[in-house]
Amino acid sequence: MIGQAVRQTGWMVLRQLRNLIRQPIWVVMMIVQPMIWLVLYGQLFSKVPALRGGAGSYVEFLAPGIICMNAFFGGMWSGMGMITDLDRKVIDRFLAAPASRFAIVLSQVVRAGITAMVQTLVILLVGLALGVRVHGGVAGWLVVFAAAFLLASAFAGFSNGLALIFRRPESMIATANMVGLPLMFLSAILLGFTLMPGWIKTIARFNPVNWGVEAGRNAVVYNTAWAATGEFLVFLLAAMAVTSLFATWCFRSYQRSI
Amino acid sequence: MDAILAENLHKRYKAVQALDGVSFAVREGEVFGLLGPNGAGKSTTVRVLTTLTRPDSGRALVGGEDVVAHPARVRRMFGYVAQDSGVDWEATGRENLLLQGRIHGMSGAPLRARVDELLGLVGLSEAADRQARGYSGGMKRRLDIALGLVHKPKVLFLDEPTTGLDPEARAAMWVEVERLAQAESLTILLTTHYLEEADRLAERVAIVSKGRIVVEGTPEELKRNLHGESVSVELSEQNGRVTEAEKIVGGIANDVKLDGHVLRARVPNGAQAIPVILGALDDAGIAVASVTTARPSLDDVYLHYTGRDFASEDEGRA
Repeated sequence: MIGQAVRQTGWMVLRQLRNLIRQPIWVVMMIVQPMIWLVLYGQLFSKVPALRGGAGSYVEFLAPGIICMNAFFGGMWSGMGMITDLDRKVIDRFLAAPASRFAIVLSQVVRAGITAMVQTLVILLVGLALGVRVHGGVAGWLVVFAAAFLLASAFAGFSNGLALIFRRPESMIATANMVGLPLMFLSAILLGFTLMPGWIKTIARFNPVNWGVEAGRNAVVYNTAWAATGEFLVFLLAAMAVTSLFATWCFRSYQRSI
Repeated sequence: MDAILAENLHKRYKAVQALDGVSFAVREGEVFGLLGPNGAGKSTTVRVLTTLTRPDSGRALVGGEDVVAHPARVRRMFGYVAQDSGVDWEATGRENLLLQGRIHGMSGAPLRARVDELLGLVGLSEAADRQARGYSGGMKRRLDIALGLVHKPKVLFLDEPTTGLDPEARAAMWVEVERLAQAESLTILLTTHYLEEADRLAERVAIVSKGRIVVEGTPEELKRNLHGESVSVELSEQNGRVTEAEKIVGGIANDVKLDGHVLRARVPNGAQAIPVILGALDDAGIAVASVTTARPSLDDVYLHYTGRDFASEDEGRA
């Protein structure tokens, strides 16, 4: 049973990646967008030393934030792929065949994670050109990639669950914006933790986006709080498991509707 | 053993009673047609049998396995060609088939050989390595059927296989289905809202109306049971006395139905009835444009058992 689900997940992830590469416009967007964000935000706030939170430059402080912002939004939008598959009845075809529902969800979740890692690489390479250094060394690089993968995956599970419940792009877009933007501003993406009002700090502690940002920023900038970084990654892994199971459970809602 | 068995299936969607006690059995190797207008419950029946949705009550077996108790086992037994194409547009025809086979646990050389065989069987060998996005409607449909057959199922569900195809592609699909049924020795459950399709392909037909099966039999049996012929009397266009005419014909023939200014009815013998009908209408001073008589069609069977005209009901519901 489990072996079958793992194999199916593998083949379905390959399908996702192959289909992604066949839409070159997406590939270009996927690469260009994070570069624009890093350069734009980096310039916008570069003259405010207080925002740097102890980093050598604001761009260096910002890079892990932009990495997480990308991963998080990428995950939030990944349910759109599920909606396309639902519309084209590919999902119905899989469900009437002995396809594991968990494998169907996981293929979307893993695709979101891999996409986020590719974007992370782009951001780090552009960052290097702008003077960003990964102070955590090899471990630092690995942590940043892991944080991006897990963050995107965790929100992809949530997003795919919503896709199965709503089944309409308009509802997805509305929810993604309503949930997404606040979560972004309730995190340390753009400015250091110490500058936040107390109540935002409190909320941010429970915000998965912030777990990713904290882990990534330690890996790139501070290179100190490794125990906490490990904890954040474990939290993200747990979030990914929970949201993926939630999405799998949402197939019930979908199947009641057909 | 029956390949497919449905017993008293009920299913309700909010305000709509989609299935209201559907029962039928399909023998092994048989092509069985569920015939009815859109919204009659055909697709819901198929979705229950293919485990996509659960019935509220009733029992269904495919290949002897219960669809509610053992959905995973049932899914290995059948192929399903849904009403709407399930093709992955970004993938090529071959990639579509390979993934479907892998979902069914196939792999390696046997899978590749089966995919090649099917591509040939449905005439997609040349287009196999092009993205399905560029396929015509007929090609996508043929790929759908191949997708349903990858794992060599014994039972195939064909839900409205020719809806949306032009007449030429439809005729080609009929030949295809007949050939595949032979080549793969399949039991086929076909749903359709085309009378001629059921007449042409199905060995036995069940007519579905409002979530129930109203009659079941071979197309020949159903037609024979009507005892007689159908007569169509077309009244002159500006005739304001259609209801009066309906009454007059009703005194002579059975199952009279008014459709615009055309009266349709059933009589034991057309040659004897037509002069009587024309005489009576002439006596009343009602002008007639044309009269035709025909052996009963499935259309007449449908009208007889549901009291509604097939074509107009279909339009009303679509």
